[in-house]
Amino acid sequence: MDVLDLTRLQFAVVTIYHYFFVPLSISLAGAAAGLQLTWMRTGQEKYLHLTKFVGKLLIVTFAVGVVTGLVQEFQFGLGWSNFARFYGDVFGPTLAIEGMLAFFLEATFLALWYFGWDRLPRKLHAATIVIVAVGTVLSAFIILAANSFMQNPVAYSLDPVTGRARLDSFGELLLNKVNLAAFPHTLAGACMVGGSLLLGIAIWRRRSDAGFAPLARLGAWMTVTGGALTALTGDHLGKVITEVQPMKMAAAESLYETTTGAPFSIFAIGDISGGKPFFSIELPWLLSILAKGSPGAEVQGIDDLQAQYAAQFGPGSYVPMIPVAFWTFRLMIGIGMLAMAAAALYLWTTRKGRELDESRRWSRLFLRFLPLIPLLPTAANSLGWIFTETARQPWLAFGISRVADGISPGLTSGEVLASLLAFTAVYGIVAVVWLRLVRHLSRQPLAPPPVEAAAEQTAVPVY
Amino acid sequence: MIAVWFSLVILCWVLFFVLEGFDFGVGLLGPIAGRDDHERGAIVRTVGPFWDGNEVWLVAAIGVTFAAFPDWYAALLSGLYLPMVGLLLLLAVRGVALEFRGKGDGERWRRRCDAALTAASAGIVLLWGAVLGVLTHGLALGQDGQVTGTGLGRSTAPLLTWPALVGAAAALFAALLIGAMFLTLRTTGPVHLRAQRLGIVLATGGAVGLGATGFATGSRLVLVAAILCVGIAMLARTGQELLAFAGTALGVAGTVVAVFTAHGDVVLRSTLDPAWSLTMTGAAATDSALRLLSIVGVVVLPGVLVYQAFSYWVFRRRVASERVPS
Repeated sequence: MDVLDLTRLQFAVVTIYHYFFVPLSISLAGAAAGLQLTWMRTGQEKYLHLTKFVGKLLIVTFAVGVVTGLVQEFQFGLGWSNFARFYGDVFGPTLAIEGMLAFFLEATFLALWYFGWDRLPRKLHAATIVIVAVGTVLSAFIILAANSFMQNPVAYSLDPVTGRARLDSFGELLLNKVNLAAFPHTLAGACMVGGSLLLGIAIWRRRSDAGFAPLARLGAWMTVTGGALTALTGDHLGKVITEVQPMKMAAAESLYETTTGAPFSIFAIGDISGGKPFFSIELPWLLSILAKGSPGAEVQGIDDLQAQYAAQFGPGSYVPMIPVAFWTFRLMIGIGMLAMAAAALYLWTTRKGRELDESRRWSRLFLRFLPLIPLLPTAANSLGWIFTETARQPWLAFGISRVADGISPGLTSGEVLASLLAFTAVYGIVAVVWLRLVRHLSRQPLAPPPVEAAAEQTAVPVY
Repeated sequence: MIAVWFSLVILCWVLFFVLEGFDFGVGLLGPIAGRDDHERGAIVRTVGPFWDGNEVWLVAAIGVTFAAFPDWYAALLSGLYLPMVGLLLLLAVRGVALEFRGKGDGERWRRRCDAALTAASAGIVLLWGAVLGVLTHGLALGQDGQVTGTGLGRSTAPLLTWPALVGAAAALFAALLIGAMFLTLRTTGPVHLRAQRLGIVLATGGAVGLGATGFATGSRLVLVAAILCVGIAMLARTGQELLAFAGTALGVAGTVVAVFTAHGDVVLRSTLDPAWSLTMTGAAATDSALRLLSIVGVVVLPGVLVYQAFSYWVFRRRVASERVPS
């Protein structure tokens, strides 16, 4: 691999890894806030214990999110300095504003909440976790605006002297139609990840601690609701993407010829890049419905788009890696639906306080599978991002800046390889430690032991 | 306008180095000021509620640098590629060790977290010090604003120069001193006593060392720092802990400002040809981006300072390090 490929791989590794923890932080913050408010309204102790449990998961997850998010902010200067120069006017303020407006809120108030149980008045304390939850959502909105610029550059003009992008309107940048579609889709996906983690843990612990029972239903509801919203918002996002990046949707179906009433294949065997697959299961008209909202609509094919882009931007290939786009798109949808179906099945079989009959074989299998359910939305999320980012190639910012033009000019392959190995090793260790810690935290009894050691002395104020 | 933004960039970096400086110092001092698991727990708890908010100042600093001076951000990070990657990884280990320490089970787990915390803090302090040292000296920027070279040495060679080594040593001293002062301020019992003694020794040693260097080189800045150290030692000895800490913070802040303004309006000096240096105006973003940032800086930043101050006020009580007899 050359420097460009290595740098791309490194960016992919640290970004996908960071995104294991982001959706969890978003949804766990929301869940903790919801549970605490429920505790305050109902006065039932069990909700307080669950709030504290979710809070512990949140704090270890947030810590990993913070330290890997920091890497993200440096990435553009490290490996992609030409992109940073070209795009700095747009991207720099966006990152700076995200940090100052949202990230400070999250970090400061999460600490106030976690350590402030007996230091803050009850209502103020509840407000801190609500602020954290709002902060995570705000953070997501601003960062997704930066990403949406790369899919659909808006609110900029090219400086005639420097040839660089210049930000015209921050409001317009935030209200990019891709962002308005991608933001709810991302939040819904996040809700699935957090919900399925809670469901998985609760099922795993249900026998040894009855306190986990409400968590299973909360997690299942979050997964099902999140799943339904992911599908709805995904449908809308698909239509917006068809409009602004028709090549991406054509690649998702490996549709080479422009077709009216285009079908959607659920599965294909054989050559999907170029030739005809020799076996595929196709649903008629579905691609036209997904892309344009009408069964008879015309969907542009890869060959036509390639010819159109070559005429517009000059010679070269504008076709992304078709098999990657084709399969990530399908797997994202399929795996996400599987998670949602499993959670829905759990809700149905345990409706009105029923319990799963463990003498039956399928129930036992189902209960054994459920603790693994968090893996599904996590995988679907990663596949979704891989689809979004690889099917954008060869562009960094669609139509204005190519990947090959963005890399840091002086970078050597030895440096990138060394850093890639270092990131992989350290991130790998952190992932293992995080998993073990989540397992350890989930094993603790929910109700705290009667006497907890006083952490701080109350007699001597510092200031 | 550009000068105003340059000041804001420096302010963010100053806040990062002061606030995270004592976090790093506390991490470093774990095995020195804490004799057992219980005492080391107390030491970690002194920064527990703060380190995360403090670290966001790095996010703010690098974000504002990117926003206001994209060329500076691009040249600095790609030119110091490997040291920056090292810093990020060490920061990751440090943050995770701090946050995970109290969540796991058993003394062995906590010992491992403590070891990771101390080692990572030491690495971070030495590397940041080296990077600041390199900033005073400059990088081998070519005409196109790029650092040229081959292999791993391209971005690591600047660390093996005298300015970098002096910077690393100075940072280690400063982190230990500010960490000791912060611990003195935030603890009671045996840890408090040890931190106070350490602070006095460090400040006195610093006063002697800096004084000698100041007289030898004739640098007024170093002499001022030496006088500040004398003051800190005296304040720490008389138990005026808040003032001693404030004095140390002032020293760190002054040093960071001095590093960033060492070459006037040149933000990154080229060691190859002064004409290839990166200037404030040359690296700045467009007016529209700067205007947007001004609004945010005026509206949002004061709010951040207020609620961060509030969090320091909420957790103002000292952490007890003596064992409660059971």
